[in-house]
Order: sequence, then structure tokens, then C-alpha cells
Amino acid sequence: MQSTSPRFRKNAVEALADSELQSALRHVRSNFIEKRAKAVAALPEFDALRDVGRQIKDHTLAHLDLYLEEYEAKVTAAGGHVHWAETGADACQIVLDICRRVNARTVTKGKSMVSEEIGLNAFLEEHAIVPVETDLGEYIIQLRGEHPSHIIAPAVHVTQRQVEADFRRVHTHLDPARNLDEPTTLLGEARAVLRDRYFQADVGITGANFLIAETGTSVIVTNEGNGDLTQILPRVHIVLASLEKVTPTLEDAAQILRLLARSATGQDMSVYTTLSTGPRRAADPDGPDEYHVILLDNGRSAMLGSEYQEMLRCIRCGACMNHCPVYHSIGGHAYGWVYPGPMGAVLTPSLIGVEQAGHLPNASTFCGRCEAVCPMRIPLPKMMRHWREREFERNLTPATTRYGLSLWAFLAKRPALYRLAARIAAGGLGWLGGGKGGFRALPLAGGWTRHRDLPAPEGRTFQDLWKQKQRDGGRMPQ
Amino acid sequence: MTASPADGLRVGLFVTCLVDLFRPSVGFAAVKLLEDAGCSVEVPAAQTCCGQPAFNSGDRADARAIAEGVIRAFEGYDYVVAPSGSCGGMLKKHYVELFDANDPWAGRAEAFSAKVFELVSFLTDVLKVTGVSASHDGTVTYHDSCSGLRELGIKAQPRALLATVKGLELREMKESEVCCGFGGTFCVKYPDISNSIVSRKTADIAATQAETLLAGDLGCLMNMSGKLKREGSPIKARHVAEVLAGMTDTPAIGEKRR
Repeated sequence: MQSTSPRFRKNAVEALADSELQSALRHVRSNFIEKRAKAVAALPEFDALRDVGRQIKDHTLAHLDLYLEEYEAKVTAAGGHVHWAETGADACQIVLDICRRVNARTVTKGKSMVSEEIGLNAFLEEHAIVPVETDLGEYIIQLRGEHPSHIIAPAVHVTQRQVEADFRRVHTHLDPARNLDEPTTLLGEARAVLRDRYFQADVGITGANFLIAETGTSVIVTNEGNGDLTQILPRVHIVLASLEKVTPTLEDAAQILRLLARSATGQDMSVYTTLSTGPRRAADPDGPDEYHVILLDNGRSAMLGSEYQEMLRCIRCGACMNHCPVYHSIGGHAYGWVYPGPMGAVLTPSLIGVEQAGHLPNASTFCGRCEAVCPMRIPLPKMMRHWREREFERNLTPATTRYGLSLWAFLAKRPALYRLAARIAAGGLGWLGGGKGGFRALPLAGGWTRHRDLPAPEGRTFQDLWKQKQRDGGRMPQ
Repeated sequence: MTASPADGLRVGLFVTCLVDLFRPSVGFAAVKLLEDAGCSVEVPAAQTCCGQPAFNSGDRADARAIAEGVIRAFEGYDYVVAPSGSCGGMLKKHYVELFDANDPWAGRAEAFSAKVFELVSFLTDVLKVTGVSASHDGTVTYHDSCSGLRELGIKAQPRALLATVKGLELREMKESEVCCGFGGTFCVKYPDISNSIVSRKTADIAATQAETLLAGDLGCLMNMSGKLKREGSPIKARHVAEVLAGMTDTPAIGEKRR
């Protein structure tokens, strides 16, 4: 996917001015947070479970090569095929080769962020293969020609009113009198259209929440059952997943599953949790004839052993963005690439380079709420700070910030000089602004005073007053 | 006078650069609260700032140099107390991250970290202060600043002490734990996003109909009070230490001097 992350600042301003988006974001702020809080409160061992989840992932990442090899052997033994893709382009080509071999015209897809990452839909369309998204949210944004703005609720930025308009525009068979006022009537309409697509599809592509090394099984969770229809009905099932999705055992996956839906949507479990091992066997009533897994690296292995390794624990629940005040303000598209919010602020620079995505780790107040809710205890602010350090080392930090910072640091390292400068600043600003109590505008402080007054200093520094108080035998200076 | 657990304790006050520059009255309120609890308070002159601007901007070398200066200035005290959860978090949680395990400063940073506390949590958690003698006739609402809340676990402590202020009524705002949009340099680097965040915050503050907004961090307070002022709101803003110390005869933050 093409990145607009370098334009983050402009994207953000546009998002703030978009009233439909702002109204849609209210839903994120209320719904997700409340539901998660309730689900977590109802499970006393939630925090202990987070430690278990972290341990499982840390152990897996420390031995990733071994578990991937075991996984490949088990998939092969079950009659499936494993393909290794170093880059997104490699993965796209592997999908295309499979599609061409089986003369596929239509491909149904269950939600997969990795397919967004590698730009699979556009690639398939270029090669005359029609990709059909089957998750309701993904279906909506496909109609709109957009990308997901959230990793579990891809169309969270769209209002119900907009969905109705999109359906009427694209579903030309619709009776204009048909009622599409309710979420359920919209769902019914999408479902009716998608039903045919499931049967037309030659190949079904899904992502994976887990790949289980012990059994060679891929696991997906959905709330709509669309993933099941995507992988069972076509002749060929392709699982497209990144390397770090591998988990040693079924038991391990079960433990992490207890964290996933609670953190994401506040459900105990997603409505569907589907495990697939290999293609259809002779006695099976249904299932694909071919089962392929594409294991995508696309920059992940470079994160191993780096200060960003812990990011590979991420299970894509979206809790960090659901609780992020910056995400609440601008939504996901402003981040400019596949992964928004705090997890994207760490992952995006890792995958497409900090030169492209340098704004993202900076656009955080470091309020720490993302880390507080992360089920895998990923230290997101700490890793954003690592990116800021990389930017600073490589002179990517904006010049004005660097100069301001180095002047300030020069003083902060020299207490006597600092006290003098502080005394002058406090005195000058206090004198200028004291009469009104603050400033509505101030040279060099435009970033502050554009939206807020700047309170004026009281006039003398604490250090100055304290010194006087000591001199005067403890009497408070007037 | 009865003996207090703090009698004889030498406390070094870390003033914080914003308090030093903008609002010395918070520093004096902190001194009063600590002295009332029986501490002997000193203010080392060789302090400037905790180094957060450098640390959070990726300038690790300067952050480390500043940290060394702070540690050196405060090593001799029994405790180091800051009237700020954000600076307290920097001193307590992040200084130790600045030095590798084999760095000669690592041990000094560890020992320093163990002695650092945010003001209100120091009073309640360490000195076991259960009440203050101040009075404040009016309604207040309390904002939980992010670093204090999430790095140092400050939530119940200020509320417990505020409950003992005579005449004071606390009205909780919706989502008091959500960031106000200050975020240090964030608020000037991304002013429009910051504005969106603080606007939601001031709406929640106004909805309580409290007369005064309190918090434990001057940065957040300057942000929220600056926005309230721009919106023409009559709500006053004060550092919680001012109210606990009964030092509210000064103009509130951003109010004109009498």
C-alpha cells in the first residue's frame, strides 16, 4: 500500500475538519472502551493472563526459526503447502501464481491486514482477478475505494448514513423504497450480495490470528462467519500470514484467545473461532481441495533482536487505538499506512522506514494509556521513544526542534546560567503578561497560542524567591 | 508538638522547571506541606529541569547529562520530592533507563530512583499523612495527569487528602483519566490535534460545574487553563498542592494579578 505518512500533519488537519469522521469517532471513544472495561472486570485473572501471553510470545520469538520449521513440517504432513515470501511483492506473486494455475477469476477474502500491507487487491485487479472482501466493514470500504482505518473495525470511520448512500449507489438492483435505515437491514443487504460471491469464488484468501506449530493449524476469529465461508467454499484456500503469528501449541493459542476478543470488542470470545488444518480429507463433508500458507516476512525478521522485537508480540486487537486520544481525534487514515494508532506508530516505521513514517512516533502525548490496555504488555511509548532517538541520531528531527532543544539543553546543563536565563524570562514574561494574566499571542509561541492562552509567569522564579527567603531568615518575600 | 514519622527527614525539593519559571507559589505550597508533615526541606540550587524534553525528543545524550546533574545535586538527601507526576516519573522510572548496566552511573541512578516521590504520594504513602488543616469553600474537579497516574499509580492519594479539606466539594469529571493533550512538546508540535484533545477535556470539566480545576502537574494545568481562558470559561485552575496547603489567596493560573 502507498504511504501518505509523510503528510501526516496535513492528513490530521483534514481529519479534524471532517465532521462525518468526527461523528464516527465518537463511537470508538464510547463503545470499545466501555465494553473492554466490563469484560476485563469480569475476568479476575485477566492481568495474570497478560503475563502468560507475553511469556508465550517472548518464548516463541526467541525460537522463531524452530517453530516455523515445525509448523511447515506439520502443514506439509497434513497435505498443505507452505510458501515463504520475503517481501510483499513475493507474496503477491505467489498468490497470483496459484490463482492462475487454477484459472481463478474471482477471489473472496476474509479480513487480512497483511493483504492490505502488500497491496494484494490492487495487484490482483491489475491481473484481471476480482477480489471480493467479505467482512462487512471491508466490503464497505472496498465499495468506497478506501483502506481500513482501524485494524479490527475497518470501516469505523464511516457513518451509517454514508453506508446507506454507498449501497444505493453500487447495488443498482436495489428497490429505492427498500428500507436501509437500520444496521441490520444494511447487513442483510450486504449479506445477500455476498452470498453469490462466495459461490462464484475459485480461491478464498484469509489471514490468520494464529499459526499453530504443534499441529500445522491456522486459526481465524470473526464475528460474521465470513471467514468460514471464504475458506470452505472455494476449491483453494490461501492463508496469508506474517511470520510472528506462529504459536507453539493449541493450548498457547487458547490462552491468548482469551485476551484477544476481550481486549478488542469486550467479548469473551469472538462469535467464530475457526481452526483449519490442511485441505479437505476424503471423509470431510466440505473444505478446499488445496490448502496453501504464505508466510510473509516483509521486514519482521529484521525486528528480531532489535529494540522493536517486543512489537512482534502484537495480536492486532486494536485496544491501543481504541484508547488513544490522538487516534480519537484524527482516526486511522491520517496515519497514512495500514497500521494506525500507537501500534502503527511503532510498527509502520519498522516496516516502511522511519524516513517515511517519522511523524507517527512523534504524534503521541506519551499518555501511556495504550501500554496500560495492551493485552501483550507491549511498551509502546518506550518504543516510540526509540524511534525518536533513531530520528535524532540521523538528523531527521526538524531543524527548529533541534536548535530549540540544543539551546535549552545547553542551559539545562549549566545551573547558574540557567537560573539567570530563567530569572530574565520569568521577569520579562511576567511583566508583559501579568496585567492580563496571560497571552493571547506571543512571538515564537504560535503553536501554543493558536488555540490556547499562555498563562503568564508570576514574575520571579522560585529559586530567586527561595534564595531571598533564606537570606531574610525564612520570611516569605513580598 | 507531637513527633511525626518525618521528623528529621531531609527532603530535597525538585522544583520542576515549569514551577520555577511560571508558578513559584506551587513550590512554596509544597514546602509548606512537607514542613507541616515534619520534614526539613532544602532546595538545591544546582537543579534545572528533569530532562524530559531531551529524553522524549530522542536526545539521549543530553538527557543523560542532565540526569547526572540532578542525581549529583540530590544524592545527599533522604528523599527527593517533586510537585509533579510527570517529572517524578522521569526521575523515578526513566533515569534508570538512561544508563547501561555496566555504566558507573547505573548504581547511582538506581539508588536515586528509590528515594524519589511525587509530592502527594510522598505525603500519603511514605509519611502516612491522612489529612490537612486547610479549608477551601467551593467545588473542585480533579484531573488525573497521565504520568502520575500510569507511571506512579497516583489516583486515590490526592482524593484522600482533598476529602479532608474543610468546605471543599469534589465533583468528578467524566474520563478524568484521559490525557488533556499537553504531552510536553506534543502540544506545540501538533497544536491542532492537541486542541482537539483539550477541547474534549474542557467540555468534561465544564460539565461538572465545578468552580476550580485541580491537578498535580503544572504542564497539564497550563494547557487546560489556557484553553478554558480562550473559551471564556470562568473556571479557575490550581495545582492541588496550593489547595492542600491552604495557599489559595494568590491569583489562579492565568488570572490577572491583583
